[in-house]
Amino acid sequence: MMMIVSDAHTNRVANFHVFRGNPDANGEHIGEVVNYEVPLKPGWVVLDAIHWIQANKQPDLAVRWNCKAAKCGSCSAEINGLPSLMCKTRLDHMPADKPIIVKPMKTFPLIKDLVTDVSWNYEVNKKIKPFTPANNNVDTWRYFQQDADRVQEFRKCIECFICQDTCHVLRHHSKFDKFFGPRFMIRLAQLEFHPLDVADRLKFIKEEAGIGFCNITKCCTDRCPEQIRITDNGIIPLKERVVDRFYDPITMLLSKIGLG
Amino acid sequence: MMSSSTEHNYETKSYDVIVIGAGGAGLRAAIEASAQGASVALVTKSLLGKAHTVMAEGGMAAALGNLDAADGWVPHFKDSIRGGKYMNNWRMAQIHAEEAPERVKELELWGAVFDRTPDGRILQRAFGGHTYRRLAHVGDRTGLELIRTLQDKGIHCGIDVFMECTITNLLAEEGQVAGAFGYWRESGRFILFKGKSIVMASGGIGKAFEVTSNSWEYTGDGQAMAMAIGAELIDMEFLQFHPTGMVCPASVKGILVTEAVRGEGGKLTNALGERFMKNYDPERMELSTRDIVAKAIYAEVRDGRGSPNGGVFLDISHRGADYIKRKLPSMYHQFLELGDVDITKGPMEVGPTMHYTMGGIRVHPETQESPTVKGLFAAGECSGGMHGANRLGGNSLSDLIVFGRRAGLYAAEFAKQQTEMLPIDNEKVKAYAQALVEPFERKGTETPYPIHAELQHLMHTKVGIVREEKFLKEAIAELAGLRERAKKARVDGSRAYNPGWHLAHDLINMIDASEIVAKSALQREDSRGGHTRLDYNFSDDKVWRHRTSVASRAEDGTLTVGYFDKPQMPKELVALFDKAEEKTAFETEGKF
Repeated sequence: MMMIVSDAHTNRVANFHVFRGNPDANGEHIGEVVNYEVPLKPGWVVLDAIHWIQANKQPDLAVRWNCKAAKCGSCSAEINGLPSLMCKTRLDHMPADKPIIVKPMKTFPLIKDLVTDVSWNYEVNKKIKPFTPANNNVDTWRYFQQDADRVQEFRKCIECFICQDTCHVLRHHSKFDKFFGPRFMIRLAQLEFHPLDVADRLKFIKEEAGIGFCNITKCCTDRCPEQIRITDNGIIPLKERVVDRFYDPITMLLSKIGLG
Repeated sequence: MMSSSTEHNYETKSYDVIVIGAGGAGLRAAIEASAQGASVALVTKSLLGKAHTVMAEGGMAAALGNLDAADGWVPHFKDSIRGGKYMNNWRMAQIHAEEAPERVKELELWGAVFDRTPDGRILQRAFGGHTYRRLAHVGDRTGLELIRTLQDKGIHCGIDVFMECTITNLLAEEGQVAGAFGYWRESGRFILFKGKSIVMASGGIGKAFEVTSNSWEYTGDGQAMAMAIGAELIDMEFLQFHPTGMVCPASVKGILVTEAVRGEGGKLTNALGERFMKNYDPERMELSTRDIVAKAIYAEVRDGRGSPNGGVFLDISHRGADYIKRKLPSMYHQFLELGDVDITKGPMEVGPTMHYTMGGIRVHPETQESPTVKGLFAAGECSGGMHGANRLGGNSLSDLIVFGRRAGLYAAEFAKQQTEMLPIDNEKVKAYAQALVEPFERKGTETPYPIHAELQHLMHTKVGIVREEKFLKEAIAELAGLRERAKKARVDGSRAYNPGWHLAHDLINMIDASEIVAKSALQREDSRGGHTRLDYNFSDDKVWRHRTSVASRAEDGTLTVGYFDKPQMPKELVALFDKAEEKTAFETEGKF
């Protein structure tokens, strides 16, 4: 099949409304949206336009990116209000007559322009008990592709933190001290579902990671650029395990009378 | 605008071992140094887990023998040497082949989840130049699995990670490392690391090229910094152009199309529908080594048999949609979303893309220490020797973990032997800081961006996949012009997260690396692997087969490019190779 690039939307000048600003003392996003007229080329993604602005208009425009191939998850931003990877958002798939609005991820403190401080995520990850195998003799380890599949879906995560940006528990309610967010729910799910992991993280998932805060709106799943079914395949099964352990009526009764 | 102050404040940190770069090699080095009891700083230009390693796709080569029981370190060693056109440091190739299986199993122990064989062990796939099915893999996102596994291990090892922190200068006293100086990208504030040993794990130089699979970080920083304190670079003429990058639309040109497409049975055809690899390497066809496939594609396009967008066709659709989506999921999405092509239904268009720097910092093959700077170690793509003139696919990820571990181990040992930190020369630090802020005072009209674009175009057209004396000489002259412009390039704004300022500095490193590549390429009157001279269109087995290029800088910055005699393989290893095999490794050179 031949590759076809339509010229209809690509040999045109688009208006980009790009957020430029700096944080206040609390990391709030203080700044303004600046309009840049950008001549587009076929196949361009939003990040191409941002790079054009840097090279031609605004050399100090801050943007975080690495691979420009949707593999590293660095260039997360909000494009026309939707948390997205700038390197994966095609311009010829967007309306030709409207400005394209590019803003930093709202959920995280601003560093500058399109760059936010995502270090909270790295602190959260440190709290999670790492992979704990039953034994260290890897030569004897056997598990099958069906078992691997379940875990590998979660290990596709590129840590773009778009799910964290999207999640209303973090975005609107700022429960950073109570809820780890979808990214770390699937990190936990990946560990819990690993066929050879023997650590017990359920109490931690309930109390520290705050799984109960997720009310399954699935917004994170909708925005995941890796198409991980975060809610259905990760969070819900974890919730079921937590419920089985802590909220099963018979278990609760037995533990109350000292038999649990 | 930043005021021009001659007083520059900086914070100071002290560690036994400073690791610069947090891809596979840097992370593995940091984990090992920490396990040896050293205090470790891991300093990275990016966020943790974003380094170029994350883009590796096809797998890591290790003779586990899970599918082909005949595999072992000897066949892997021989394949690496043959693929490297006999230019590899033999001892590194041997260590790599011997230790890769243990390192891969260690990843599994640390939580990596590889694809499985039917009996539940690590699955291995075929790849170019590998005699046996050898690459442990996770679909087509093996680099992500590697870096995430090391990241999740590393954060529990007591390593201090400095994210988005750029090192710009190394400090040395009398031929021994003393520390490293740089800035926080977020604020532009300066930071000094005092250290007993340094592991350089900063990657390659691909961003000096127009069409590349490399991420922005690949600007040759480690090579430039190491040379400035007396380290040597070897084999810098050998660059790997990966045969299959995306070619259209223009915005994705160069993005990698994993060799696993061919490993899983993908066929290459030209505009006439011919499987043209039969004309270049009839035995191995699409699974020939990367240098040969890249040059074959180049020749097909040059001779008018290319695809409409200047590549050739690569087709995997005969494997069926389910199989493709399972084994090559990233490729499926990459082409669908960025290229409007459904690879389960028809061919991709692909062409060569600058992918890997075989050459790099000269190191001792066992300890990874520079022979000319005490306490300076290097591992991964920024080091040289392991891959000779051409790296086999899959040998990079295994290189990272084999030599990353060794660099960390010996850097920690070196640190243990030092009773105290070497003193830091504050005058030097002040001069480095002043040099960093100097661009803010320039009055020129040009920013670094157009100069970078010109550099990339120059390197691509004149120091690219095929070379000639005339063009190399032109390139060297033009590089001098670009350097003068780069020294005057204007920087706007403040020091806070300022990409223009960052590029102003990185650009000089790219020009440094480019000059060394061009001069090493001009010197080598020979074609082999990742160095092809149209005016010397043969492999010279009498002279150049035995010479390794080496570049060094005098204290005043003067560059010298020469060569030394390549270390000879001991007789017992020579005996492993048969002469007929050796001949076939070279006979393709005249076909381009």
